[in-house]
Amino acid sequence: MFSFDHESNPQHVSDQKPLGCWSVKHGQIITCPVVCNFETHEYIAVHDNKVLRIWKDKDVNLDKVFKATLSAEVYRVHSLPHAEPLVLFRGGGVRTLDVLLEAPQQEIEDVISDEVIKWSEAFLEGQQPVLIFVTEKDGDFFVYVQKLKMRSLHKYKLEQQELSNPLCFTAYIKKQIITLLCLYSSDSIYKVLIPLQQNSEEEEQTLSKSLLLNLSISGSVLKGTSFVVLDKDHVAVLGSLAASDEESKECLTIWNTKFQTLQASKELPLGTSGQLWCYGEKFFFTHGKVLTVVIYKCETSSLAAAVGKLKDSQTSDLCSFLNWNTLQDEELLVSCQSQQSAALKSESTMTLRSKKSTVENIQPGASTIGQLLLSIKDASTAAVEDELRQLLSKVQRPDFQAAIGSVISALINRCKTDPAFYPRNFLIQMIQKRELSYSLCPDLMAVALEKKDVHLLQICLQRFPDIPEEITYACLKVFLSISDEYLERTDVDLESVISYIDIEPNNKEVKTEVVENGFSTELEEDGCDVTGMKEIHMMDSVEFCPVGPQKAALLNAVLHSAYSETFLLPHLKGLPAQQAVLFLRYLHYLYVKCSERINTTLPGVLSPTVSQIMDWMCLLLDAHFTVMVMLPEAKRLLSSMHKFVRAQVRFYSELNKIEGSLQELQRIKCQTDTQAYSIEVLELI
Amino acid sequence: MGEFEVHRVRFFGLVPAGVRCMAYQHRGCRLALARTDGAVEVYNFAANYFMEKAIPGHQTRSVEALCWAAGERLFGAGLCGDITEYDLERLHPAYAVDGFGGPIWSMAANNDGTQLAIGCEDGSVKLFQVVPGGVQFEKNLDRQKGRVLCLSWHPSGTHLAAGSINFIRVLDVRSGRTAQRIMVNYHVPKSKKRECVVWSIAFLSSGTIISSDSFGRVQFWDWERGTLQDSHTVSTSAALSLAVSEEEDSIVVGTSAGATYQFQLLPVKTGGQEKRWVKTKPFQHHTHDVRAVVHTPTALISGGLDAQLVIRPLMEKVQKKSYDAVLRKFTLPHRRLVSCARKARLLLFQFSQHLELWRLGSTNKTGKDGEVLPLSRMPEHLLQLKSKGPEHIYCSCVSPCGSWIAYSTASRFHLYRVQHEGDNISIKKVPGVPKLLLPAYQLQCASDSGRLFIASDRGSVHVVQLLEPGGCKHLHTLRPPVQAGLCHHCTVPTYSCAVTALAIHPATNNLFISYSDQQVGLFEFSIPEKQYTAWSRSVQNSGLHRLWLERDSPITHIAFNPKNTSQILLHDVYMLCVLDKSLPLPDNNALLVNQSTLKQLSEPARHRQLHAFKICKKFQPLLFADLLDERCLVTVERPAADINAELPPPVQQKKFGT
Repeated sequence: MFSFDHESNPQHVSDQKPLGCWSVKHGQIITCPVVCNFETHEYIAVHDNKVLRIWKDKDVNLDKVFKATLSAEVYRVHSLPHAEPLVLFRGGGVRTLDVLLEAPQQEIEDVISDEVIKWSEAFLEGQQPVLIFVTEKDGDFFVYVQKLKMRSLHKYKLEQQELSNPLCFTAYIKKQIITLLCLYSSDSIYKVLIPLQQNSEEEEQTLSKSLLLNLSISGSVLKGTSFVVLDKDHVAVLGSLAASDEESKECLTIWNTKFQTLQASKELPLGTSGQLWCYGEKFFFTHGKVLTVVIYKCETSSLAAAVGKLKDSQTSDLCSFLNWNTLQDEELLVSCQSQQSAALKSESTMTLRSKKSTVENIQPGASTIGQLLLSIKDASTAAVEDELRQLLSKVQRPDFQAAIGSVISALINRCKTDPAFYPRNFLIQMIQKRELSYSLCPDLMAVALEKKDVHLLQICLQRFPDIPEEITYACLKVFLSISDEYLERTDVDLESVISYIDIEPNNKEVKTEVVENGFSTELEEDGCDVTGMKEIHMMDSVEFCPVGPQKAALLNAVLHSAYSETFLLPHLKGLPAQQAVLFLRYLHYLYVKCSERINTTLPGVLSPTVSQIMDWMCLLLDAHFTVMVMLPEAKRLLSSMHKFVRAQVRFYSELNKIEGSLQELQRIKCQTDTQAYSIEVLELI
Repeated sequence: MGEFEVHRVRFFGLVPAGVRCMAYQHRGCRLALARTDGAVEVYNFAANYFMEKAIPGHQTRSVEALCWAAGERLFGAGLCGDITEYDLERLHPAYAVDGFGGPIWSMAANNDGTQLAIGCEDGSVKLFQVVPGGVQFEKNLDRQKGRVLCLSWHPSGTHLAAGSINFIRVLDVRSGRTAQRIMVNYHVPKSKKRECVVWSIAFLSSGTIISSDSFGRVQFWDWERGTLQDSHTVSTSAALSLAVSEEEDSIVVGTSAGATYQFQLLPVKTGGQEKRWVKTKPFQHHTHDVRAVVHTPTALISGGLDAQLVIRPLMEKVQKKSYDAVLRKFTLPHRRLVSCARKARLLLFQFSQHLELWRLGSTNKTGKDGEVLPLSRMPEHLLQLKSKGPEHIYCSCVSPCGSWIAYSTASRFHLYRVQHEGDNISIKKVPGVPKLLLPAYQLQCASDSGRLFIASDRGSVHVVQLLEPGGCKHLHTLRPPVQAGLCHHCTVPTYSCAVTALAIHPATNNLFISYSDQQVGLFEFSIPEKQYTAWSRSVQNSGLHRLWLERDSPITHIAFNPKNTSQILLHDVYMLCVLDKSLPLPDNNALLVNQSTLKQLSEPARHRQLHAFKICKKFQPLLFADLLDERCLVTVERPAADINAELPPPVQQKKFGT
């Protein structure tokens, strides 16, 4: 839908024909963009600042449609999917349309005194409409965030920038954080993060901004006029590219913010209005006298693509088609265009006429990290945890990962020196949330091993891609040595086992009993005969898991971690024989469980695959072969395993035979296909 | 172009007869080949291995040996005891001379081609002089007990080596005396002694005699001393055939297990003088006895009882790696053995001594490409017509309406009237068939079934009018250049290669000719204008596609689409091609066999890829293909597996895992 000073005009892009055209009477001016309420399929227009018009597709004459005269001047109407449209008044007041229509003449409060609204946007967060608008007063820019349902309004001051001021804004909301992007007249895009959860009712805060992108391409600078965000790594900027000596050319550009590179550009020699819209992977902008629609596609940004080394590095597929030519009255179009561009011109001059702003020197993010590192060293546990919580809730910065790394190593150092200090929850949260790795915080797992924090170890084993085999082995050893009773009391992620081990308490009774009888150390001393007897009972029913579910989950995490056989094997040789047998028994159990299923995969998240089980089985047997042979209690296990494996081999050899027969059948079928006579259809082209 | 309903016929039970013996004529690059049914064929290696001449067999005339002598004269000898010279112009035995020694087992011509030696059942070796127009008995050589199974002349012509059961004799040609007698199973312990048949023998100029025997041995003897120089066992079954290269440095041996082996005379040390025979290459191209081998300068040729003729080029002798260096196998004759009654939808199959008439089945369904349609009527074997007498059939034909069948043997021409009365069929011999110059080589019926054209001796064509209800009348005999009443219209420019197929287009009167030489291949000659057509000239100018030229089997039949004058159906053993003259010719960069590719393309892309040759390789090996109407094709295949199934079981071989 396009609206001009005098008329509004919805179009179907694919059809390239106007679906409808409505005009206001001569002398009236449409003062804010017409929107469509998608809930009711009504169009909403405001003319002469105060007169609201609402109509449907079938209405022909705009004069005869619903009309409401408001008490205050409207800045903009925002339409939201599945929500009532929001009306923003010039004074900063906001109403939903239905509230407004109940009493059109209701008084609208004036939130902003002398400030002028420059830009506004509405979102839905959860089911809540959130309105954000930017105002300007004497070169200072303010950001207001209004949550309608909460009736809360927050005012922030935008950090000032020397010699340049914001020209254009765009914003998106993600995870309770509004990201406001500002295109500055210094040819850069800055990012401002505004937390939506703001409980402190303090007076206005200053929002710090970080540089997102510098719009310069090898000497020439792109003077952006408007821009849109495409995905997390791409923005599109419409502007004029001015080389030092040449005439400037208008062009549409796509930038990768991750690598600070220009991904694609398209020259627009006929000039544009300076406005750019983007809906559903299509750009819309006026180019000369026509509206141009450009389809784009952003691929996941990779360094290869950014430097143009990817095979088809065309991140955005720029192809254009025109569709503005269907307007019946060309004169009208021209007049509209000229008026519009004139309006735009005045607006841009107005924006440019901004005053110099003072510079804020302090970098708040950096100072926080430094302070935090200092406080970690000596502050009380509670204080540190408080600060850590703050850190977690703080905004993301580009160097956040490195910062987190230093924070964690500082924490670990503190843990080493101060045994009482152990911010377990924070650490778990960090591992779960951030993309950490073993090499970023090498001592973390060592400390966790020391503290026997199995849950942390489990998460580490699941998340870290680069755990050394030595640590993996150490984890395995710790997991096997901890008794099941102890584990029952600990918090372990059971996701990987719940789907194949019964963890109902009454079943567990039986199971733990078996386990205790078989493997607990005090019984080992009792004598081999008893153990042997019990094992007979146990091995006859492989359904029983030889370990408790917690231990099983931990062992699964070990099975899940990456390792290299050569480096793991020497460590594995050090595993005590009893633990090795227990582990082997568990692997055997897993193997049997796997084989019960036709696709030999265990259900559930992060459950070990059959090849992981087999690899570990072989590895364990390799490492402990002589011990296994000598150990009397391992004998039954080994023979049972052998029996099972032999049965499997037999089964597969049977399959082999079936395959052979089927193949033969296929061959015979082929032969019968060639009968002595057939009538077939042959197509020659 | 469209969809065809293809009647895919595989019930033609043709079993080609096994290869019995071969003789290679170096100068003319021609190979004469005799089959076990007495048929003799001549292949022209220069013209793409085309079977240039075929003399049908004879029940009583088996051929045990073939010889080229006195230039290009071909002699055969067999168990009937005669030496036969073949008339390669008129394609029948010219005369036969009795050898008076009982069945002849072997025959060899001396190097000059002036003398023939035959080895007979009674153990005698006889010499015949080759004289113009015949052979003349010269003398008997020393006779000993035991049939003479193989003979070889010393290149100087002074001595003959003769192989019999258990021994080899060397005969002095001048005196006729036995100069040496070698026992071949001398070394075998007495307890194990069995009869050892010397199946094949070769006499080298160095005085070495090479023999292959039923024990599977290839032995090298010094004829003067009578001693064994070398012995190689190549097979547990018999080594049946043996041939020596002209340079006498390489031999090829065929065994009854279907394998052939090459032996080469190689120096023991590189650069040394001492040379030994070494078994170098084994080949297994046959399933049955390899009864005949030939060693040409560039190739090993073997023929077996499985009816295959295999030409295996010697890579080291081939100059450039072209399509000459490809292994070639020929099983099916380069002759049309099937004729088709288009209107009546009948097929006539020609066997060596009988004909079979079949009615095609039908369907009332249609389908998409590749579908097999359900049959509403099964094909029907209507009749079997046995030829009387020992002679084999030369050619046969069924009229388009299906009511006339004609065939010819060497000495007789038969014409039958077939009456179709509902499901009953009766056949009546047409009386008063005119006396013609026989044999007839080709028979062709006019499309209205009103006339029969009989191509016979000396280039004459007899025109016989077929009269209802069962009579005939000889109308003319066309004999170039002039014949009363009808005038000789024109002559197509002569080309050096044999014509493999030709046909006159019913609508345009253009003569379509395919030559055995694939390098030139196809010509279209406009009969009304007496010159090659523009299309034909454009084909010659632009040349045919490389892959088309490299085919090794000749086009044996040409047919036309009755509804579309630009479409021509051609086929050889491995492919069927509809040639659309309206489309551009493919250049060498284009894909020649592109049907499967085209099927995957969209309509406009397809249009760009189209070219004149629409080749289908689905039906193999193809004996015959014809257009019944514009949307209906008939193909007659003879799968190799079906032929093998009808052959006697081969020599049992132990195979791993069986």
